[in-house]
Amino acid sequence: MQKVYDTADAALEGILKDGMLIAAGGFGLCGIPELLIDAIVKSGVKDLTVASNNAGVDGFGLGKLLDTRQVKKMMSSYVGENAEFMRQYLSGELELEFNPQGTLAERMRAGGAGIPGFYTKTGVGTVIAEGKEHKDFGGETYIMEEGIFADLSIVKAWKADDTGNLVFRKTARNFNPPAAMCGKICVVEVEEIVPRGSLDPDHIHLPGIYVHRIIQGEHEKRIEQRTTRKREEA
Amino acid sequence: MPWDRNQMAARAAEELEDGMYVNLGIGIPTLVANYVGDKDITLQSENGMLGMGPFPFEGEEDPDLINAGKKTITELNRTSYFDSAMSFGMIRGGKIAAAILGAMEVAENGDLANWMIPGKLVKGMGGAMDLVAGVEKVVVVMDHTNKAGETKLLKACTLPLTGAGVVDRIITDLGVFDVVEGGLRIVECAPGVTEDEIRSKTEATLV
Repeated sequence: MQKVYDTADAALEGILKDGMLIAAGGFGLCGIPELLIDAIVKSGVKDLTVASNNAGVDGFGLGKLLDTRQVKKMMSSYVGENAEFMRQYLSGELELEFNPQGTLAERMRAGGAGIPGFYTKTGVGTVIAEGKEHKDFGGETYIMEEGIFADLSIVKAWKADDTGNLVFRKTARNFNPPAAMCGKICVVEVEEIVPRGSLDPDHIHLPGIYVHRIIQGEHEKRIEQRTTRKREEA
Repeated sequence: MPWDRNQMAARAAEELEDGMYVNLGIGIPTLVANYVGDKDITLQSENGMLGMGPFPFEGEEDPDLINAGKKTITELNRTSYFDSAMSFGMIRGGKIAAAILGAMEVAENGDLANWMIPGKLVKGMGGAMDLVAGVEKVVVVMDHTNKAGETKLLKACTLPLTGAGVVDRIITDLGVFDVVEGGLRIVECAPGVTEDEIRSKTEATLV
């Protein structure tokens, strides 16, 4: 099966539908699927629900999809860096479901692993627990959280071979593997597609079984907070 | 004299023991890394890294290498990377020995509020709820009073909780407190700070 596509537009063809649930990898602006986001903006698909730890910044990352009002609902843990997001949320145009970060990651992983629900201590006694099933195990109380089963996963990796085996780089891995796992269809953008056999099978971070379509492209990789130290301090 | 930010961070660093895996929050907790001395401490960054190094030298920033505060950082020769599900697996699974974090309010039963103020901009809890629920020892480092001079050590939190009954120890500019049966116990006063002064600035029951 041919998984490699020439462009992001081609890779998303026939997949995008109004009202679909998309799981997106990335943490802040690190390891986000920039090219696929641009292609989704271009497609004009709307009423999307997007599960992503963050919502990008104004004019970059998922912020672009917010600017064009293509997102109906976000499932996120932290959205502090986006003024347009806040404006839409406070005016009631955008729904927001806060998930503790680890709960969001596990909900994606669980969805991808065929687990519809699980119990966690996270959020017990907080607003997050309201309306959720509580159950005691070994004298401690847990709440039930549901796995996320996305219609589409959009993911950024460092390298792929043409069978979809993926290697991520440093902290750009973050939500990408769990996001990839929980989608019915997973589209991945990488910096480099390498020849079959050139990735060490022992060093594959996510096996190609989770990956359906792959594109290669140039990434801006914007830095959200550039922090450095002076050489004298060393 | 109450402790300043750096002295609070230095006092918090005394909570850490050789060999610990630790997660530090933003603000004063970040400064704790400067005071661990010879202790072999591995810092976790919940976006998927163990063995967090210092900020990079100018020109060596890597967009693929950031901490949970989204700041550029560096790796060490012990560093490992992993995905967010595994990262919070080790947090929820109790593998992280200690978390040191800031707070808006702490109650005498160990309740912690540090993620939202109703009516004000809500940014989200990020990984804070997972950390306080899963980490073995939760140490709060914060000023004893807020900008209006009101105590942050309360009988009950007024703000939405990050976790219920999760705090083990509190380090403020005035002293060190443990959450115990019936309230908070004064473990230590900052130099020149009296128990009377602490009592006058604390609503929580001191036992």
